[in-house]
Amino acid sequence: MSLSVKEVRKALSAKGSLLLVEAVPGIRYGEVVEVTLGTGETRLGQVIDVSKEVAVIQVFGGVSEVNTKAARVRFRGETLRIPVSLDMLGRIFDGLARPIDGGPPILPEDWADINGAPINPASREPPSEFIETGISAIDGLFSIVRGQKLPIFSGAGLPHNRIAAQIVRQARVRGKGEKFAVVFAAIGVTYEEAYFFMESLRRTGNIENIVAFINTAASPVIERIAIPRVALTTAEFLAWKYGMHVLVVMTDMTNYCEALRELSAAREEIPGRRGYPGYMYTDLATIYERAGRIRGKDGSVTQMPILTMPDDDITHPIPDLTGYITEGQIVLSRDLHRKGIYPPVDVLLSLSRLMKDGVGPGKTREDHYQVFMQLIAAYTEGQYLRELSAIVGTESLSERDRKYLAFADLFERRFINQGEYERRTIEQTLDIGWELLATLPEEELKLISVENIKKYHPKYRRGGKGE
Amino acid sequence: MVKGRIWRISGPLVVAEQMHGSMVYEVVYVGEERLIGEIIGMQGDRAFIQVYEDTSGLRVGEPVEGSGDLLSAELGPGILGRVFDGLQRPLSDMELIVGPFVERGVKLPSLPRDKKWVFRRNTDLRVGDRVRPGDVLGTVKETELVLHKIMVPPNVHGTLVELAGDGDYTVEDVIGYVDVGGGRKVELKLMHRWPVRKPRPYLSRLEPTEPLIIGQRVLDMMFPIARGGKAAVPGGFGSGKTVLLQTMTKWARTQINIYVGCGERGNEMADALHSFLRLKDPESGRPLAEKAVFIANTSNMPVAARETSVFLGVTIGEYFRDMGYDVLMVADSTSRWAEAMREISARLEEMPGEEGFPAYLGSRLAEFYERAGRVKCAGSPERTGSLTIVGAVSPPGADFSEPVTQNTLRYIGTLIALDVTLANRRHFPAISWLISYSLYVETVARWWEKRFPNWKAMRDEALEILQRENELMEIVRLVGPDALPDNDKLLLDAARMIREDFLQQNAFHPIDAYCPPEKTVGMMEVILTFYHEARKALEAGVPLEKIRALPVRAKIARMKEVEYDKFPSVKEELLREIHESINSLIGGAAA
Ligand SMILES: Nc1ncnc2c1ncn2[C@@H]1O[C@H](COP(=O)(O)OP(=O)(O)O)[C@@H](O)[C@H]1O
Ligand SMILES: [Mg+2]
Repeated sequence: MSLSVKEVRKALSAKGSLLLVEAVPGIRYGEVVEVTLGTGETRLGQVIDVSKEVAVIQVFGGVSEVNTKAARVRFRGETLRIPVSLDMLGRIFDGLARPIDGGPPILPEDWADINGAPINPASREPPSEFIETGISAIDGLFSIVRGQKLPIFSGAGLPHNRIAAQIVRQARVRGKGEKFAVVFAAIGVTYEEAYFFMESLRRTGNIENIVAFINTAASPVIERIAIPRVALTTAEFLAWKYGMHVLVVMTDMTNYCEALRELSAAREEIPGRRGYPGYMYTDLATIYERAGRIRGKDGSVTQMPILTMPDDDITHPIPDLTGYITEGQIVLSRDLHRKGIYPPVDVLLSLSRLMKDGVGPGKTREDHYQVFMQLIAAYTEGQYLRELSAIVGTESLSERDRKYLAFADLFERRFINQGEYERRTIEQTLDIGWELLATLPEEELKLISVENIKKYHPKYRRGGKGE
Repeated sequence: MVKGRIWRISGPLVVAEQMHGSMVYEVVYVGEERLIGEIIGMQGDRAFIQVYEDTSGLRVGEPVEGSGDLLSAELGPGILGRVFDGLQRPLSDMELIVGPFVERGVKLPSLPRDKKWVFRRNTDLRVGDRVRPGDVLGTVKETELVLHKIMVPPNVHGTLVELAGDGDYTVEDVIGYVDVGGGRKVELKLMHRWPVRKPRPYLSRLEPTEPLIIGQRVLDMMFPIARGGKAAVPGGFGSGKTVLLQTMTKWARTQINIYVGCGERGNEMADALHSFLRLKDPESGRPLAEKAVFIANTSNMPVAARETSVFLGVTIGEYFRDMGYDVLMVADSTSRWAEAMREISARLEEMPGEEGFPAYLGSRLAEFYERAGRVKCAGSPERTGSLTIVGAVSPPGADFSEPVTQNTLRYIGTLIALDVTLANRRHFPAISWLISYSLYVETVARWWEKRFPNWKAMRDEALEILQRENELMEIVRLVGPDALPDNDKLLLDAARMIREDFLQQNAFHPIDAYCPPEKTVGMMEVILTFYHEARKALEAGVPLEKIRALPVRAKIARMKEVEYDKFPSVKEELLREIHESINSLIGGAAA
């Protein structure tokens, strides 16, 4: 390896986080470089374009203050790798996997390329194991399965961190005592946010199952490009090497995208929509697609990225491209939040694409999917009637319509709303759903089969013992 | 072969020098690992190469070698039921060699080399016969569902000088020779190769007069696609593109289905593979995978190969079309391919067009969609085949005014516009009845009317009711539903029945996932009959509340769940109940 190390003593120019150097023979595309600044400090960088004449290096930590004349660039001859080890559990690192908790360095079991390798689609096992989070809005309506990537679309000031922390605290697969771990990546968030997370994770008493990577708002912007990949590389190591079920929480992906935009601008690329690079979809996909299950392997990587939608706009490129890649989205609603509903899940905009494979007989309950469909349909109708009655008043509404109006209120207060430390089983969640559906005329329950109505509708269960 | 050196590496774009003598679209091997690339432009002795595998670690100065070939597909037995990447590498074989992660530089034959196929020679052919491209030499029963016809490859004309008899052969065994003149003999094998960017020849194009039955009511009844037609499915994320495309490849009445996952999710692809093995073809009861080919180039796989994946899919589609089959190919999503084009174009520093897409976006999309069609196939025996293409489009922000959607609209016959608002309300399939259209309605009407004389009239009436609903809802939003006269309220009821009890179709329901034509037309007939009868009752002075309270309405809402073979009697029963209950209401009003 050391034979392939090459050195260049003269940088041609520097701009933002980019350094142009005269090419020497043998530079590899994508390889890691060490840039030693005039001050003697060393930073890591990566070759992002190379020709016979010039190499373009993206420097983690930036190069704006570099004295280009005095800089020295060493080419390491390999792509960016991080040390990985089971000992990382319980530790805290920066965006390039260097310990920042005062503990000893990690003895690597292996060195892993932070870009990973795409899972062969033919080797994937379709995710289907229901994760019970204890949160009705999620378990009942947008169920998460192991190996899924399901983001939270939030807005400034909404309680996404509390929800994510509650999920981390409560999530379990029923009837299984398997090895699990949480990998947490804080991307450009405030110190308080990062601290809040670390504290609430600590309070679960499982700190030895958590690996944290932290890049705060004050850390170098360019490291934000690396941190999700570093976190996922660690998660993959734990999942595929040690068979662990790993939940990766990454917050805030909006900061990642901003860093990507900055980098693209520095490279003088033609900007795409609203200034974000045209390849942002592909770039995000190389992060999010690292969730999944692999046939014949025990572990899994489940992702819960959190992002704040600029201006609460779901069509903004960041949530838009994310939604095109992830397997659904949990969208938070400012309206519900104002009404004091926690968790303020926007039921109409949220979706779990993998739900259908994770619910039903043998997994949750046979009526689950139909109850979900009917609840959403009824709430949609209730919402529509709310808007209508705001204009024309409730007087002109029929008896049926009024029942739907009342349903919508009940649904928000009884079903969606719950305590931050309240854990409901899926049966409890579905039973609350039935209780609410029972307030509607029975013939309105078109999406539920007659058998399930006979079996679960409170009207028929009250007399008997139920199940 | 030309041998050059890498001059520059920029993501998937590699520039090589000393490439004099190479041609555009030639396949080249890049670097010591011999990564597969394709020349997309030449400038002096420099070749601009899009590399179909990850370029990390490549060095300036590494060798680049020309192949002299165009990027081609291997066509022959062993293609069905398999998953290929955009370069037609079989992904399940790759797993055996390199494990569960896709690695670059892996070279694998597309079709299995050691498997022997049972070849049945065409008994009408004799040595000494003149043969033309497309002539059927014999057949291989590749799966229970598909008889794979072994044809004289395109471009081969001449005299058959040898043809093997019935027997077991691998795809590489020589099964005969054609003397093409000039002392040249061409070998015949069970497989041949064909360049993916080049349309396969046929005798003539036929008018797309037959509908492709899809088993989705809203499509079959409202916005039909013709066999050999072209359709686009634009829609924001979560609007139901993938589910619809998968549903089509599951239930459409075709002999071959090709599913191209282009720049989309890995889990989705895995789900498709698993469900195609599990689900049975409704007519034969055999696993759907027996008549399907999968091409998977997921969003995290190399971007340049998105382009090859769609052209590979089309080429395989044409190949089965040439056998005289009806083929459906779906591509999810064409936008990801367009974005890959944009990325490469930007690296080439080409003049960007709208939203950074290259100026040739439109012509490239045309090259793709124009390969759909219903044709008289080349060769004997005489036969017709069709290739239907359906492409998903993923407009940023669900805004259809963007370049990929707009360019696509120029080439397609059916627009299946998905509406995020409908999807949010869980109206599935979320096909907007106000924006979607089909240019095939008139041409396929004849087929339908031969079987169901009122197809067109019912279709038009249902759409009219929905249109009128849309107008009325504007009024309702201003003044409330009470302000409407009773006949308009009834129309709103009818529109609601059409939407909820007919258009909505749950792709995951064990019965309703597929709806045969008889049931589709029958359901519409029941709903419209109810509406007509109810109108009569209203005119006869029956109060609307009484009509609304009729128990038959709840039964109509459950028609979807009725099994196909029971439906005819259920339908008769419903029609009878409608007439009787309305008549008794009218009788009561008169009394
Ligand atoms: N016909 C349908 N029946 C039931 N659910 C559907 C149907 N079409 C779509 N869905 C629901 O919508 C979700 C998103 O659909 P999908 O096809 O993945 O959207 P897109 O590809 O447009 O992003 C699915 O996961 C499913 O829950
Ligand atoms: Mg999709």
